[in-house]
Amino acid sequence: MSTPLGRSEAAGPPTGAPDWEKAQAEPEFQELRRRLRSFVFPVSGLFLAWYLLYVLLSVYAPDFMSTKIGGNFNIGLLMGLLQFVTTFAITWWYVRWANRRFDPLARSIREELEQR
Amino acid sequence: MTTTNLAQSALETASNPLLNTAIFTVFVVVTLAIVVRVNRRRTATTGDFYTAGSAFSGRQNGIAISGDYLSAASFLGIAGAIALNGYDGFLYSIGFLVAWLVALLLVAELLRNTGRYTMGDVLAFRMRQKPVRAAAATSTLVVSFFYLLAQMAGAGGLVALLLNVTSGFGQAVVIAIVGVLMIAYVLIGGMRGTTWVQIIKAVLLIAGALLMTLWVLALVGFNFSGLLGEAVANSSKLGEQLLNPGNQYKNPIDFISLSLALVLGTAGLPHILMRFYTVPTAQEARRSVSWAVALIGLFYLFTLVLGYGAAALVGADVIRSAPGAANSAAPLLAAHLGGTLLLGLISAVAFATILAVVAGLTITASASFAHDIYTNVLKSGEASPQQEVKVARMTAVVIGVLAIVGGILANGQNVAFLVALAFAVAASANLPTILYSLFWKRFNTTGAQWSIYGGLISTIVLIVFSPVVSGKPVDPATGKSASMLQGVDFHWFPLDNPGIVSIPLSFLLGYLGTVLSSRRDPADPQKYAEMEVRSLTGVGVEKAVTH
Repeated sequence: MSTPLGRSEAAGPPTGAPDWEKAQAEPEFQELRRRLRSFVFPVSGLFLAWYLLYVLLSVYAPDFMSTKIGGNFNIGLLMGLLQFVTTFAITWWYVRWANRRFDPLARSIREELEQR
Repeated sequence: MTTTNLAQSALETASNPLLNTAIFTVFVVVTLAIVVRVNRRRTATTGDFYTAGSAFSGRQNGIAISGDYLSAASFLGIAGAIALNGYDGFLYSIGFLVAWLVALLLVAELLRNTGRYTMGDVLAFRMRQKPVRAAAATSTLVVSFFYLLAQMAGAGGLVALLLNVTSGFGQAVVIAIVGVLMIAYVLIGGMRGTTWVQIIKAVLLIAGALLMTLWVLALVGFNFSGLLGEAVANSSKLGEQLLNPGNQYKNPIDFISLSLALVLGTAGLPHILMRFYTVPTAQEARRSVSWAVALIGLFYLFTLVLGYGAAALVGADVIRSAPGAANSAAPLLAAHLGGTLLLGLISAVAFATILAVVAGLTITASASFAHDIYTNVLKSGEASPQQEVKVARMTAVVIGVLAIVGGILANGQNVAFLVALAFAVAASANLPTILYSLFWKRFNTTGAQWSIYGGLISTIVLIVFSPVVSGKPVDPATGKSASMLQGVDFHWFPLDNPGIVSIPLSFLLGYLGTVLSSRRDPADPQKYAEMEVRSLTGVGVEKAVTH
């Protein structure tokens, strides 16, 4: 492609292909990979399980979900709204984690690779 | 006066087709002017046409994603489902929201760093180009076309409802107009124009829903529990049951199956995936999704109030007997609150919604055909960007014409299942393949083919032989079966939604295909190393796919 697309770090001329397997084996990269996987896999498992629990309760325990908890609110409505709360909270948590724990390390590895 | 007459007169007296058309025309003229304006520079390069030069900000893209994702089915369908079936409509919207966490945590950023224009780019990164691109494009075209067909057919029903166009011919004309406008947006504006249409539509839709929500809440003194009480009191059929689960979905396994497809399908929808390429970096992709989560979540909270609000203020009986039944809940509520003018505004917003969604689908399908099939499969990567864009434009016209013809033929048919089908294919064929490709070192070309084609074929076969196509019992009240086809029964699969079978099957096939072929088709460890380093660090983002 002749035109550089967007404001990206790739605007400069290529400086020879890095040795990707070596870059992958670097301890810093292994640490980056470990950080990512040890955050996103457990959290994904968590929110999927929590969503599935909600769905299962709705279809198999409608009586429990219909229990009134004040006014016309019932447990089902509360749990549904809690799904919203957890979705917003996990989004906020992940963004904060990525900004603090992931981006700085990723940036330093990227800059090092692009200088080679 | 019977309730039927009451409902019809409620919409007819409030609805002013001339006003509705005028508001809609203003929307079309304004958006077309903006599309022309933002594209005064010609869109001759592929990057410009497909991804607007990746120059959108995360916030702009997040708003556009909401505009792309919130279809008329989300607005009219979910509000209506809550008004008539209560709690179960709410359940549906939660699946649509939670699904965004899959996109946020597992897909958006890594995809942004490893691809350029299409889903095929990501899969082709470390596999044999031609077979995986052909598979990815096939799945993209199938998902996009089903989704498009559902939207176009829905446009016909919406017109009948909002403009009092009841003749089949009149509805066909409106479907054709929608199709022509969609082609115009894509041809004139490319991705940049399409994105602006989606941004404007998202703002209008969310503002309209917010206005109605505050209005409803103000009428009940901001007492949501009181609103629920009035909704129950006004629902002669369900009564107290309106607040409890189990009114719409009778078969638990079927609902679990649907839930799986909703929560896993979003991150595999090609038109959503393509939006992540319109921003320059992974950080902006992350910001896009957090904006989308906030906006989409708020919107579904509004529909909860609107649905119960319609039940309380309009009444389930009136909604049920109105033309369009559940889909008329939100328009009837608008007419009840703000009379002719608000109904006109909400009608125009519903149309804008359809337009923005179909334009996004069309550009995705044409990009996939031109970039994956034409350039990389047929021309082995030898086509010039100008040729490729030309093919993409021609494809957009062909898809538009097919969608118009298909939409007219399917008008009046029960095709709502096509949306669920698109989600099921996305969850079964696309998501497993993307996840394996990003996270599993050994995954190879054979595995990718098995998971895509296996997911695609199993989903379609199970749908064809499911009760949504044939064999649902005839409803004595209407004398019609709820299936698409009447008078025949060749179903053997018991569920309406195939996800619970097809999603695990596709994961299994991807695994088996890889393991069984690992000797003759080994994964390239060097390419995997490159993909992993690039996807996590974003090194050389724009050069990721320079085939």
